Amino acid sequence: MADTDIHRSVETVFRIEQARLIAGLTRMVRDVGLAEELAQDALVTALAEWPSSGVPDNPGAWLMAAARRRAIDRLRRAKMQERKHAEIGRDLDEGRDAVDQIDAALDDDIGDDLLNLIFIACHPVLSPDARVTLTLRLIAGLSIAEIARAFLTTEPTVAQRITRAKKTLQESGAAYEAPRGEERARRLTSVLEVIYLIFNEGYAATAGDDLIRADLCTEAQRLGRILTGIAPHEPEAFGLLALIEIQASRLKARVGPDGAAITLPEQNRALWDQLLIGRGLEALARAETLGGADGAYALQAAIAACHGRARTAADTDWRRIASLYDRLQEVIPSAVVDLNRAVAHSMAFGHEAGLALLAPLEQQEILRDYLPLPAAKGDFLYRAGRYAEARAAFEAAAALSRNAAERNFLLKRAAACGPARPVTLE
Amino acid sequence: MRVMVIVKATQDSENMGKPKAADLAEMGRFNDELRKAGVLLTADGLKPSSTGKRVAFDGAKRTVTDGPFAESRELVAGFWIWEVKDMAEAVEWVKRCLNPMPGPSEIEIRPIWEMSDFA
Amino acid sequence: MRVMVMVKATKDSEQGVMPTTELLEAMGKYNEELVKAGIMLSGDGLKPSSQGKRIAFDGPKRSVIDGPFAETRELVAGYWIWEVKDMAEAVEWAKRCPNPMPGPSELEIRPFYEMADFGEAATPEIVDRFERLREQSKNR
Repeated sequence: MADTDIHRSVETVFRIEQARLIAGLTRMVRDVGLAEELAQDALVTALAEWPSSGVPDNPGAWLMAAARRRAIDRLRRAKMQERKHAEIGRDLDEGRDAVDQIDAALDDDIGDDLLNLIFIACHPVLSPDARVTLTLRLIAGLSIAEIARAFLTTEPTVAQRITRAKKTLQESGAAYEAPRGEERARRLTSVLEVIYLIFNEGYAATAGDDLIRADLCTEAQRLGRILTGIAPHEPEAFGLLALIEIQASRLKARVGPDGAAITLPEQNRALWDQLLIGRGLEALARAETLGGADGAYALQAAIAACHGRARTAADTDWRRIASLYDRLQEVIPSAVVDLNRAVAHSMAFGHEAGLALLAPLEQQEILRDYLPLPAAKGDFLYRAGRYAEARAAFEAAAALSRNAAERNFLLKRAAACGPARPVTLE
Repeated sequence: MRVMVIVKATQDSENMGKPKAADLAEMGRFNDELRKAGVLLTADGLKPSSTGKRVAFDGAKRTVTDGPFAESRELVAGFWIWEVKDMAEAVEWVKRCLNPMPGPSEIEIRPIWEMSDFA
Repeated sequence: MRVMVMVKATKDSEQGVMPTTELLEAMGKYNEELVKAGIMLSGDGLKPSSQGKRIAFDGPKRSVIDGPFAETRELVAGYWIWEVKDMAEAVEWAKRCPNPMPGPSELEIRPFYEMADFGEAATPEIVDRFERLREQSKNR
């Protein structure tokens, strides 16, 4: 193999192993930042040695062994340092213990280490931004440049966010042990939130005119798949995975050639990715088998699955969707769920039912500048034949949009509401 | 990027040889590794080409031919669909796969057309 | 039963010739029909083999070979996975497909191994995997 080939091979192997490497090292040295440095050191060693020695048979184990040697060296040096300052006599033995501990740590299941690292990256002491960034860096293995591009920010900003996050973790004394019981449930919720946040950042870009930054969706899906792989008994992990797989199945269909959004009923279902729908349905079935049918993500996934299963828009089981929203509203009461519930009821039982559920929502302060509210209202009114009111609602929605493609779409719908006579949408 | 990873057929796979439990189990472990790395989207094995059909298209004509098909080395015996960062990652994963056949064999990796390729 | 339907490559597909608008439209309609019939489980187009790689296995040795690969007619240019009653149904659906290539071309239909085919070699994990796949097919 030529040197450049070996280089590429080393870097690729490193990328595959990186998260597990950092995870194992984090358990040993109880410091994410240091673990990352040690992993990088191992990469440097591999880049220096593999071109002459060849790529080892088990490159992952090789990298881990190299990083471990580094870790032990550092620990010994630290101990020596300590001893210089310390009072007489202590602790040659302590140095030994630390080395033994590291050996013991390495024998444990690597999957648990990775899960722990995910728990740490999504630790509630960190801000949501910091959690997202750290997860993309440590678990998904994105470079700082890639993260900066995905979030339309600068590399120094991302780098600083990561440094600060590591410092926060270190200073807060965040435990590196696997959380248990209620704490585990709380921490898992944070992990799921982070993955869904990453997905949504890609699915509905909040800034800029590019409606889809699909690579973030892909990363979130991968994270969800990893999580269900290493935590196979967590129903809500499967619920979340089901939800994002099914939502991602529509990525190709939800934006037209002109960049405008296409609503679900109008999407070309032949463009839906059936492989992802199948994976989503499978994950949902798993969540339900594990007793998680009423989980917040599982319920949302079940709703998405109703669309995924419908071969045409007319086949959509809106009654089931409406009843799933009724349950969702009990599990996670929120104004946004209320609004979606109104939409589902309008489809299942007619626009009057929708308008009736919408009326109280219009009084809610939290929904005052929430674009989907006037957009939905416009739709109900349009279907009721109240075109002038519909037009006003669509225009109000357009005024709230921060996305050019979306705004154009809403203005188009407003324009389709001729004041006097019904106009069909093209 | 999404890739299709194709296990090429061999004389053995074409001869209806059922896989041994040990091989199935080892392949299961490899699939497990792929799954935990978030790489695996789907995987399946195809029955020998003797159970297959070909439909030839020429203008408006459609001609159906029954298997088996001769060129065993070029047939597909099984496949995975993976989501990977790039071809290099796919190559590294394939290198970790056990030899899927009793004798010498080949696995082919082919990138799949994606939305962004048409943008 | 589940089958894989492969579009065999031609010189055109190997050279990366893009399909005409007419073909894209016809193929789009065909895919729509497959979805509406509930048989479509997945489908994709593969880039020319020039962008592909092969890894040869021989004992513990692994050698990487870069594309393109010579035997054009035997390469795969695209595929579907379908859930059908039997091979006869698959053949009928394949016949309805618009010719996927500008010139003469071929589709190959191959049934998947299902649980029952493995007999005693099937360990609980393998059974579990198939159960899940069956579940998935049942759900649609």
